[in-house]
Amino acid sequence: MENETKIRIENLNLSIGKSKILKDINVEIPKHKITVILGPSGCGKTTLLKSMNRLTDIYSDIRVSGKILIDGEDILHTDKDVTEIRKRMGLLSQRPYPLPMNIYKNIAFGLKISGRRKKRFLNKRIEHYLKQANLWNEVKDRLKEPAASLSIGQQQRLCLARGLAVDPDIILADEPTSALDPISSQEIEKKFTELKNGYTIVLVTHILRQAIRLADYVIFMYLGEVIEQGPAEQFFKSPQTEITKAYLKGSIN
Amino acid sequence: MRISTGNIFRLRKTWWRFEETFFRSLMIFSSMVIVGVLLLIIFSIMKTGIPALSFEMLTQTPKGGFYFGKEGGILNAIVGSAYLAVGATGLALSIGLPVAIFMNTWLLKHKKTVNIIRFILDLLWGVPSIIYGAIGFMIMIMLGLKTSLLAGIIVVGMFILPIMIRAIDEALKTSPSGLTEASLSLGSTKSELGFKVLAKQCFPGIITAVLLSFGRAIGDAASVLFTTGFTDNIPTSLTQPTATLPLSIFFQLTSPIPEVKNRAYAAAVVLTIIILLTSILSRVFSNRYKKHSIKF
Ligand SMILES: Nc1ncnc2c1ncn2[C@@H]1O[C@H](COP(=O)(O)OP(=O)(O)O)[C@@H](O)[C@H]1O
Ligand SMILES: [Mg+2]
Repeated sequence: MENETKIRIENLNLSIGKSKILKDINVEIPKHKITVILGPSGCGKTTLLKSMNRLTDIYSDIRVSGKILIDGEDILHTDKDVTEIRKRMGLLSQRPYPLPMNIYKNIAFGLKISGRRKKRFLNKRIEHYLKQANLWNEVKDRLKEPAASLSIGQQQRLCLARGLAVDPDIILADEPTSALDPISSQEIEKKFTELKNGYTIVLVTHILRQAIRLADYVIFMYLGEVIEQGPAEQFFKSPQTEITKAYLKGSIN
Repeated sequence: MRISTGNIFRLRKTWWRFEETFFRSLMIFSSMVIVGVLLLIIFSIMKTGIPALSFEMLTQTPKGGFYFGKEGGILNAIVGSAYLAVGATGLALSIGLPVAIFMNTWLLKHKKTVNIIRFILDLLWGVPSIIYGAIGFMIMIMLGLKTSLLAGIIVVGMFILPIMIRAIDEALKTSPSGLTEASLSLGSTKSELGFKVLAKQCFPGIITAVLLSFGRAIGDAASVLFTTGFTDNIPTSLTQPTATLPLSIFFQLTSPIPEVKNRAYAAAVVLTIIILLTSILSRVFSNRYKKHSIKF
């Protein structure tokens, strides 16, 4: 099937304290594609992304209503444990946050908390995921060194490997290249285009050029609302609303 | 008269420079006063204490007539204080670490509740130790218990508990929310987040908290005054009374005999050195673990 929906968000409203952060969000995110959430800073991109793996649960004074359906299951109203939901999604944040452990353990962590403890199994998986994140060659001789000793670009790839290791089918990435140098950014972008065959990728960015390079599907947000969404080609070639046109021309930041 | 913007700018710059110099001098001056006072205290203890210090003092328990200038040492108090402080610190850590972690994981979402808890703990931190001692004593009388090492450990443990919790809490608070989110996004439970990630990230801070609590535990006299009793023997079980260094110093200092008074200073030297040593050791220890903390 060409356009199977992986994540469907229905009437999502989210407020923190007295301010409404997300207003009536309705989006569909296609399976095995890169969906880019685009919009100026402060428009609620990060919040929308985090609500998808329920990281917004830990905010105080938060109210959420609506539905977030993943493979048809509403993750906001489910009996399933929230840890099970989160394991289905890998998260890359704006800057890498490696765990305070060595490189090996950073990836073993996710496997271990899922009950995989056999050394042989761990070694094999860790090599596999480090290779998948293009990091293996650089770290294979220093797996016991602290993750903090890696460069920022390497740390971000480590975080990618770590996220992939819990075997998710969705990757959530929040401006994953914003702290990186151009070369490292390119590597991450390239990786994403490879990974989309096996994963549904949701990428937040405010870099228009990055969106144009990577997006299959675009969701454009402005002031907490989804203004426009659609296949990338249609979105960039013939935007429907005035706000989108203005944004694409560069007059909104 | 016309004041050009250039002039105003120059004037401001001079003022800024003055402000900068003034506050820098003030800070240097205050630091020097603190260090000076500290050195003065240490020096005055050392001056009387070191000459009175002897091998015998460190290795023997008081013999008959010790408090009148006869033979013996303060081994009973050294060992007693060590038992007491280690026990109390262990007790406070084993309660305090989970509580601090609880505050920074499960209660993340309830900022108001956490702030109320912090406020109460800060109040408790300020309660003088004699109050803890008195309450402990009252409970002991109610239950018909005798003074003992165990009673002392519990009372001192409670006395340092708010310090332990708040110090660990402050350390955990410095951990960036991105790390919490990273751990949760991997599917960790809140306790895995707390004990496997945050505690590791903040390990140096936890060591500092332990050190701070240990220092308070070993140096406090008022909370053990009614609860541990005092004895010339080294306790061999938790239910026996025990001597402590602060009380030993107190008893010797109140003696009219100059020699005994000097020994009080010697005991104070021992106490000071123990605190200094723990401080240095913990620093070495926490530095070794710093390499894993991610700097943000
Ligand atoms: N924890 C929070 N508490 C209060 N307001 C928040 C919080 N997180 C985000 N916001 C607000 O929500 C709005 C959207 O933020 P965010 O989702 O980070 O935007 P973006 O990622 O598009 O820059 C901003 O106005 C921000 O101030
Ligand atoms: Mg953001």
